[in-house]
This record gives sequence, structure tokens and C-alpha cells, in this order.
Amino acid sequence: MAGVWVYAEVGPQGLHPTALELTTKARALGDEVVAVALGPGATEAAGPLGEHGAATVFAGDDPVFADHLGQPAAHALARLVEEHRPDLFLFPTTYDARDVAGRLQARLGSTLLSNATDVLGPDRARMEIMGGTKIVEVELGGPPPRLVLVRPKSFPPEPSGGSARIVPVPADVPEEARGARRVERHQEAASGPKLEEARVVVAGGRGLQDPSNFRLLEDLARAIGHAAVGASRAVVDAGWVPYSYQIGQTGKTVRPEVYIAVGISGATQHLVGMKRAKRIVAINRDPEAPIFKVADLGVVGDALEIVPGLVREIEARKG
Amino acid sequence: MRIVVLAKYVPDPQGTPRLGDDLLLVREGAEGALDPGDEYPLEAGLRLVERDGGEVVVVSMGPEGAAAGVRRALSMGADRGVLVTDPALRGADALVTARVLAAAVRRVGFDLLLAGVESTDGSTGTVPMAVAELLGVPSATFARRLDVADGTLRIERQTEAGYDVVECPLPALATVTAGATEPRYPTLKGIMQAKQKPLEQLSAADLGLAAEDLVPTQRVTAVEDAPQKGPGEVVRGGDGVARIVELLAEAKVI
Repeated sequence: MAGVWVYAEVGPQGLHPTALELTTKARALGDEVVAVALGPGATEAAGPLGEHGAATVFAGDDPVFADHLGQPAAHALARLVEEHRPDLFLFPTTYDARDVAGRLQARLGSTLLSNATDVLGPDRARMEIMGGTKIVEVELGGPPPRLVLVRPKSFPPEPSGGSARIVPVPADVPEEARGARRVERHQEAASGPKLEEARVVVAGGRGLQDPSNFRLLEDLARAIGHAAVGASRAVVDAGWVPYSYQIGQTGKTVRPEVYIAVGISGATQHLVGMKRAKRIVAINRDPEAPIFKVADLGVVGDALEIVPGLVREIEARKG
Repeated sequence: MRIVVLAKYVPDPQGTPRLGDDLLLVREGAEGALDPGDEYPLEAGLRLVERDGGEVVVVSMGPEGAAAGVRRALSMGADRGVLVTDPALRGADALVTARVLAAAVRRVGFDLLLAGVESTDGSTGTVPMAVAELLGVPSATFARRLDVADGTLRIERQTEAGYDVVECPLPALATVTAGATEPRYPTLKGIMQAKQKPLEQLSAADLGLAAEDLVPTQRVTAVEDAPQKGPGEVVRGGDGVARIVELLAEAKVI
């Protein structure tokens, strides 16, 4: 069996949820799962990583890994890979991990597959193309390790009850790998649950006609409770809501119990981020909108009338 | 300041992409366009040069038809273009693409390298960072705003929670998100001028790349249709409210 490694992202909120998804999957693929966590909080992350299948955690708590984009992590990973020679290295599709994986590929001359939704073995993975309408199987060649960027929520995390051996990672990052520096962090957090964790997601698009109408979605989310508000790329690009709302290929991936798409046409770039929701409701004026193809329940009509009606009905049920 | 913008010619984003018998995307003879995601970094580069002086050079890799994508960038205002086109590059993967682009960019020389976040057709999203690593320069990625002052690049970088401010000495790479700028439409004058602007075509050998640098390391071995849900229920207007409430109740979320 193979040596399967996982890049366990650590950020200001601690261990990223994708890390446990990937170690869970890695258990089924290799005989020893190794996770690498870099940045403040890395050693602390070894607890949950061990519980989810990592036998070893290489942990580097030095702030250099958080303060500088991509290069210090790629530098440290390249050294670990050269020393330990894993067969397969799984990364989450996040902003930071994409930087790291792209740079690591260039250093190692290894293959790199993006947007994987399943990993079948050390040299084989699957990905969805054309807005999730087709699944392709890809054979990974070239020198090991094969690098695979996996989309979030591709695998449910399951604890295995283990604990990990912690191996510190030195922070001897050369000056030339400390180029891009984070000088400020800003939160644009909305109230209520996080998009990725909410049981219900209410998302809006161009069909809302005006940025002020996003308030209707906030009302609906509040009426439902444990619901979060998201958006399509079109309205984020137009500046209606912050980027942190965006769901889709270049935004967040969600998998709630119910997804309610309001005035969203359903471009492939959006569908990739939400089509695995358990139940999908679409409200749109245009009966031909592609979103109806993935909806369990489609409502053809004016969102500006339907959404307030929904809020009243839900409030009335609560009594 | 010399700004190099990486550009890709992609199958028409409005059209239906097709896979050939070899399971590669059919690029020959298909209607194509400059990747819309590349217009944002191009616009950002044009604005910097209009303000501070310098030139914008577009670098692309693709079949001969991809020259149309470079011309489009020239008609928007880029000063010159370089297209690497070579039959040996058919089926190039992310690593091969990065090697080719890095070699071409090194040949042109640059202070600032700009690229989109990911291509519209492949959505790989790692090629610019691999190029930066091969060139030995830092990268400030996912910029929703960017500026250059006193030899320092400063961006607002998208994050899951909001944004970070990232600073980086030049030369450097920045990837630019959609929405960071409003790309201009080419004017008639721009389209006429573009025909006179230099567009250099290079082969892989011109860039000193060896055959072994161009071997893809991954291969699609099977394609199948994703399982699709059957068509769902569709209701009209007012009846929708009651049905949505029923569905929410079934899902036990209200």
C-alpha cells in the first residue's frame, strides 16, 4: 500500500474542516496516513487529525507559514517530500492550498489534478467537468508524489479513534521564499451560521433585481433559523454582497439539507458549488433557467412576491 | 514598467464543449474566445500602464487559432503579443503549460505578471502559481483590488471570511478575480490598431524547451455522464409558497 499524505490547512479559525475530510479518505487509500499542518495552531491540530486517521503529523507552528503566501509552505513541503517520498499528496481546494500545491508542483515536477471529487488510488482520481454533467477518470503519471486538489465536502469526515505522532517542522525558510506578506486580515462575517455549516442555504442572484432586495433573503433565513445567505458570482462581481457570500466554482461549496436558489439562473460555475445539496428549491421567473434542471422543486414566478409570502407562512406556522 | 498578462483562448463559453475520441477537449475548429477571466487582469494592467507608463505584453499558449484571443487583447489596448503554438503542445497539462508560459515570460522580461484566477474551460487554478515558482518570484493571488507604488505590489486578497491585504516586492505575480475591474470593450480604432501591433509566434523549440519537458503526466481514461436527478416538480407562482413550506417541513428544518 501507498504512503498517502494530506495537507491539513490551518488558518485564523484553526484547522480547516477539509483536513478531516481528506484524512478520512486517505485511510482508505494508504497504509500510513501522514498529515502536514503549517502555521500557528498546527501542533494543536494534531489531536483531531490523529482522531481522523493521521498516524503522523508534521507540524510547523511558526508564523512564517501564515504571514507569507504559498512560498514558505511549498519550501517546507518540498523538503519533506524529498526526504519521505510519499506516493500521493491530497490538498483541499482552498485559496491558500491552491497557491501551495501549484508551487510544489513546479518544484517537484509532479503531476497535479485540480477539482477532484473522488480519489480511487495513488495514481487515479475522478473529477467533474462541464458543470458537473460529466465525470472523468484521470490516470496520474510522472514522478511521485501525485498531487491532487480535492473539492471541499467530497468526503464526510469520520473519526477512527487514533492519535498521531507529532514531528516538528523547522521554520528555516530562506529570505527569497518570504516574498508576499499578509499585512492585514479583514473579516466580513455575516451574522448567523457559516455557509458551509448551515442546514439551509438561501442564495440570491441577478433575479433579485436590486442589491437592497437581499434583505428579503436575510428575512427568510432568520424565519427558518439555522440558515445562511449566499449569492451567485454575478451579484458578487457586481458588488451587491461581499465575496464571502459566493457559492460556486470560485467560491464556496455547500451541501445543506435544503438549498433555496432565488433568482439564480444556474450557470455551471454556480451549480458546481451547490448541486450536492440534499434538496434544491429554485425560484425563478424564467421557466427555461438551467437551475430548474437540478431542482427538486421549481417555482416559476416573481421572487419579490414569493419570498415575503414564504416568510409570512413560516412565521405563521411557528405561531 | 513592463506588465505581462497571461491569456488563454478557450472554447466559446456560451457554446457546448465537446470531447474528441481521444477524450481531449476539441479545440480545433471550435468557436473560441479570449477567456473572459483574462480580461480582468488585462484591464488592471492597462490601467496601471495608462497611469504610470510602460507597456503591456500578452503571452498565450494554444493552437494557431488562439492568435484571435491575443488580437482581442491587443484591440483592448495591449501593446504586443506572444503566442506559443506547437503541435507538440496538444494535450498539454498544467505542468507543461506552466513550463511553456514561464519560458515565454522569461524571454519577454517583466516587472509585474498578471493572470486570471482560473481558466473558464479547465478551471485548474494553479498554473499561474507554478509559473511564478518556475520564475522564482513571489505571488499575491486572488486579488479583488490591486495597485503598484514604489516597486511594491499591494492587493486585497479574497479569503473565506473577508479579505487580507498582501504586499509584495516586484517582480511578482498577481492573479486577479472577476469583478476586480470592469473590462473595457475594444473600440473600432482599437480593433484597427490591433492589426498593426506585433504578434510574435514561437514554437517550444524557440523557447529552448526539450521534448521531455512537454510530456503530459496525466491522461483521461474514461468519461461518463454524471448521475442526474430526474426532473423535479415545477409549480407556478402562488402555489409555490405552500409547496416550499411543505418541503422545508419534510426536511425537518422548520
